[in-house]
Amino acid sequence: MAEAGAQAAIATAASPAKASAWRLRAGPANAVPIILFLLIGFAAPLLAVIGYSFMPPRTFGLWQAPTLSNYETVFNSTSYISFLWSLGLAALTVILLALICYPVAYGLARVFGRWSTLLTLLFTIPLFVSENVRLYGWILFFIKNGVLLGTLKSWFGIEIESWLFTEGIIVLGMVYVYLPFMLFPMTLGVSMVPNETRDAAFDLGATRWQVFKEVDLPLSMPGIIIGFLLSFVLAVGAIAEAKVLGGQQIIPITHDIEIAFTYAQNWPLGSALAVLLMLVIGALVLLVLRRFDLDVILGRR
Amino acid sequence: MSPAERSQRWRRALLWAWALSVVVFMYLPAICLFLASSTSSRYFIFPITKWGFDWWQKTFNSFEIHTLFKTSISIALLVTVIAVVIAFFGALAFARYDWKGRSLYQKIVLLPIFFPQSVLGLALLLWFNALGLPLSWKTAVFAHLVWIVPVVTLVISIQVYSFDPALEEAAFDLGATRWQVMKEVTLPVLFPGIFSGALFAFLLSWGNFPLSLFTTGADTTIPEYLYAKMVAGYTPGVPVLGTVSTITAAILLLGGYGLIVLRRRARLK
Repeated sequence: MAEAGAQAAIATAASPAKASAWRLRAGPANAVPIILFLLIGFAAPLLAVIGYSFMPPRTFGLWQAPTLSNYETVFNSTSYISFLWSLGLAALTVILLALICYPVAYGLARVFGRWSTLLTLLFTIPLFVSENVRLYGWILFFIKNGVLLGTLKSWFGIEIESWLFTEGIIVLGMVYVYLPFMLFPMTLGVSMVPNETRDAAFDLGATRWQVFKEVDLPLSMPGIIIGFLLSFVLAVGAIAEAKVLGGQQIIPITHDIEIAFTYAQNWPLGSALAVLLMLVIGALVLLVLRRFDLDVILGRR
Repeated sequence: MSPAERSQRWRRALLWAWALSVVVFMYLPAICLFLASSTSSRYFIFPITKWGFDWWQKTFNSFEIHTLFKTSISIALLVTVIAVVIAFFGALAFARYDWKGRSLYQKIVLLPIFFPQSVLGLALLLWFNALGLPLSWKTAVFAHLVWIVPVVTLVISIQVYSFDPALEEAAFDLGATRWQVMKEVTLPVLFPGIFSGALFAFLLSWGNFPLSLFTTGADTTIPEYLYAKMVAGYTPGVPVLGTVSTITAAILLLGGYGLIVLRRRARLK
């Protein structure tokens, strides 16, 4: 910051009026296009959802007398089961992801050296293939006579029931889909720990465990928390895993919302459910993000 | 070798083994898709008895698939161009300038990334309906942008963070106009970030399903088509297209990364 200030001062001294006046306005001016776009593309649709949630059930216009009946319907229904499934599956996914990703993040940030970039790219590539298709790959792996069971049967003569359409497979699918969203912020976090601090702790006689607990973990916490938040929020909104791999045995809340919008043709009810989901997610995101300075995490050094 | 060194070595080996198993885990579905696409029979039974690429040929010769490709590519190209322009300025405001309200601005820009896409797609459906807009691939472009512009802004911002503002100041001092500074200094220095941003925009739009599902109307993109086929029953065309998508993404990303490395080397010379 001080450096930037000094530079600004030099610039002002060199070409006083032009540069400094422009610099002051440049930030907000550059922000205008994206802010305008998000106003009509993000804020307005969310307001539309909120608006629809107060319309009479099974109507499609926005200009009728508002009513609370959709929220009454939600609170008197079994939607809370879907909410609990969504939250529970997301929590389990996040815990598993933390355990799986930490060693990888640690390796990417400190051990793998120049191979890290290639590995990071390898973890990025699947993100660009649509979720459904990748989950379909898992079906081919687990299905009867598929890659796993077919191999077991023909090579070892073992025949077991397929694990498809169980809760376990849904969790596996969610861990698989959201892994990069935990891994990348976590790697950023781990690379924020200065080597000097770790060396100093070792020199002072700390054990490996102590260094992990007292140095590595606290100093990489911002990245880890962002990873938790991102993967949890995305996992709460997950729908494809339960639909494709879970065989619709479990209905997460997003599926409930989709059903209300499509088969049931009850937009106001779906909107009310969506508003409740948005409240849960929005509260969580704001609560966590408020505590962080994004400049520090994203690399302004 | 001292015991400390030996344990160090063990730890490295374990970390490598773990990371590589996670890579295999990430690619297992892609491998299964490839296996399923390279059988000549109508149904997938493993181990494969009759290998062959007939289904690849059938898929590539289908007129329906050509139309789908056109729709998907039109959407992805338009999304890329618009997203990069908006996100470039957004990233300058995100990371380059200090201004009042920047911290709040950063969080607002990231909000759509943290939002479940299926709900966002439905919200946009309601919004287009309230505006009376007919749904087509054009509304899908808009829908994709809502999610992709923030991602691209983030990608470009990371490059902007490492940008030295003194370069711009020096150009100003030497009498360059604002436009000249942009063209000769800012854009070339930020090029790798803009390039990765464009790549992300294209690929994320290409592979997007939840936003397309509710906003394309009568037009169909490849992910939508694949989903419809998956639900309707098995056809080997699905693994073929899935494999093609994976390989395309891999070539674009690895190739793009190679380009950036080559360019950097050429500069250093």
